[in-house]
Amino acid sequence: MNWMKYRLIYFLISAAVIGTGIFAYLKWGLSLGIDFKGGALIEYKVGKDFSTEEAIKKIENPSLQVYSIQKAGENTYLIRTNTLNSYYRENIGTVLAELTGGDAQEVRFENVGPSIGSDLIKKTIYAIAIAASAILLWVAFQFKSFKFGVSAVLAMIHDSLVLLGSFALFGHFFGAEIDFLFVTAMLTILSFSVHDTIVVYDRIRETRKKVGGSMTEMANMAISQTMVRSLNNSFTIIFMLVALILLGGTSIKWFAIALLVGTISGTYSSPFVAVPLLVTWDELKRKIKRS
Amino acid sequence: MHLSSPAKKLIGILILFIVALFISLPAEITIGGREIKRPNLDFKIGRFEIEKSFDLRLGLDLAGGSHLVFEADTSKISSEKVKDAVASLKEVVERRVNLFGISEPVVQTSSFGEKERIIVELPGIQNTQEAAELIGRTAQLLFAEVADASPSANLKPTDLTGADLERASVDFDQTTGKPVVSLKFTKEGGDKFEKITERNIGKPVAILLDTELISSPIVQEKISGGSAQISGDFTIEETKKLVIQLNAGALPLPIALVEERVVQATLGTESVSQSVKAGLVGLIMVLSFMILSYGRLGIVSAVGLIIFGVLTLALYKLIPVVLTLPGIAGFLLSVGMAVDSNILIFERFKEEKGRRPVPDALEISFGRAWDSIRDANIATLVTAFILTNPFDWQFLHTSGPVRGFAITLALGIGISLFTGIVVSRNLLRVFIREKKT
Repeated sequence: MNWMKYRLIYFLISAAVIGTGIFAYLKWGLSLGIDFKGGALIEYKVGKDFSTEEAIKKIENPSLQVYSIQKAGENTYLIRTNTLNSYYRENIGTVLAELTGGDAQEVRFENVGPSIGSDLIKKTIYAIAIAASAILLWVAFQFKSFKFGVSAVLAMIHDSLVLLGSFALFGHFFGAEIDFLFVTAMLTILSFSVHDTIVVYDRIRETRKKVGGSMTEMANMAISQTMVRSLNNSFTIIFMLVALILLGGTSIKWFAIALLVGTISGTYSSPFVAVPLLVTWDELKRKIKRS
Repeated sequence: MHLSSPAKKLIGILILFIVALFISLPAEITIGGREIKRPNLDFKIGRFEIEKSFDLRLGLDLAGGSHLVFEADTSKISSEKVKDAVASLKEVVERRVNLFGISEPVVQTSSFGEKERIIVELPGIQNTQEAAELIGRTAQLLFAEVADASPSANLKPTDLTGADLERASVDFDQTTGKPVVSLKFTKEGGDKFEKITERNIGKPVAILLDTELISSPIVQEKISGGSAQISGDFTIEETKKLVIQLNAGALPLPIALVEERVVQATLGTESVSQSVKAGLVGLIMVLSFMILSYGRLGIVSAVGLIIFGVLTLALYKLIPVVLTLPGIAGFLLSVGMAVDSNILIFERFKEEKGRRPVPDALEISFGRAWDSIRDANIATLVTAFILTNPFDWQFLHTSGPVRGFAITLALGIGISLFTGIVVSRNLLRVFIREKKT
């Protein structure tokens, strides 16, 4: 099958998805969790539902700002406030006990000062930079070509942008937050993305050794040969992640969703971003050489 | 009986599987009303005593407990002294935490940019406020002479401080019944105390804790023998805390709590059961998918996946890996990825089958697929390595949850290479040979 013929369409799809993400990002920004901007996150298990508006009204005071009270699954509420002290922590417990008739239990309490976030961002950037350069070097070395490495890394950046953009949307519509686990998911996605890309590249390398041909032909062949395995492998990962999202509880739900988005994007980006980029690069180079 | 080499290898794998199964099963299982208990392995070989209980170690988010991060204020000391100060800070915090009397607390330092932090993990402790107060107070004890008549006017610090203490303990005042702190000085401290009391007969001596005046008793006579009592307006709890702090020594740097995370044990238990459920459902979906897509080959990979699961769990217990919630996610993810090498090989096998006899096609598929499997997994291992940060590089994350995830993911990839290649390959060799004859 001539996959490369529709290269423009793939680029357009990617551009549309990333464009939507960028739009969402510019319009609403990313909603940062307490790991980044400081604040408190408290999870309560309650015996009966209560009016969140009333709770906010009762809890809030000049030095305690309630960002949100969210129902997160059956009997579970998440409360987000600015960084608080133990007096206000107890006060929230008292208010909720009052509203639920005594049946409210704090099961998770996270309180982070504002100074943690900036380090986290720096460390994340270092981690991504190191991971990306290590992968770039590894791919370039294995396939003895810089353009293989750069295309793989561009596909990786593509997946990261898709993930960030989708969380700008999720953040606005469903209250998803960028936290420590999101960062972990993002780094994991880098490796997923390149995992699939390497499998396709490997087929190109094998074909080049045995049969040869133009880059477009080799790319088409490699994609046809790896498409089923790529889809099947993603399915097995998606099965595990969907199970985790549906059954795994509130603490890691968004983490699993981030991994899911990344897996889907990573599966797409190998044949439809990395390889088309490789082919385009190759063509451009030939054109420049010829002229 | 002559066994072929793959069959021999399979027997080896079977033995490995049984050993791993023994380790990974819970210590007590009830089957049909009968309770089976696994004996702990305690044996002695010469001078080596091996004691393994094979319990899964759970992190704070699953077992419940608190995670506290303190930031040290290094603004008042010169930069070359910071390293030593932080090291002794860690020692004092460790001593205080140990006096807490909980099992397996963790005290770590983290240094990034200009910031020096102390990370404390307390399994089973839910009241962070109390813990933070106990750990965080500087507890600098100081004796001062009072120059003028009124104690607030002019305090002249003496050289007698908390460093001269041999031991502090909780006591009760014999007349009022109120809790007091008994101090026993070192020999040197006792001498200092003797001199101070001698100089100040009839005058008050101020006792300050972190520059706060807690009592200023009037000295009646010269006190020798090196012991004293502080009676302030303490509750028993406060006295106990103070005693712990004084015994552990004053903090060389003031610290402030910047992050606290507490998980109740109930939430942890719930997370575990939810994860187990999610894992089982996911596993069943993956197994069915493999069998539906690849038929008999799928069964081989299903067997491989079960061996994978058992081996992984056994390794968690042997290493041991402290399992966290993200760690479980990493494990589940690695289950999904573990069949990848199988899928690669099976797809290759479909192609090769048409071109040559089945056993040859199989061997060639394994050989050809190996390159991609190796290259692709090394890339994932690189990322897992950066996330795990095994050398504690301070410019990368040192956080527990991220590490937990990366470690289980990396282990999963490693073991999946073994089950995906060695186990499935030998299973298939035997399987296909049988079919041929």
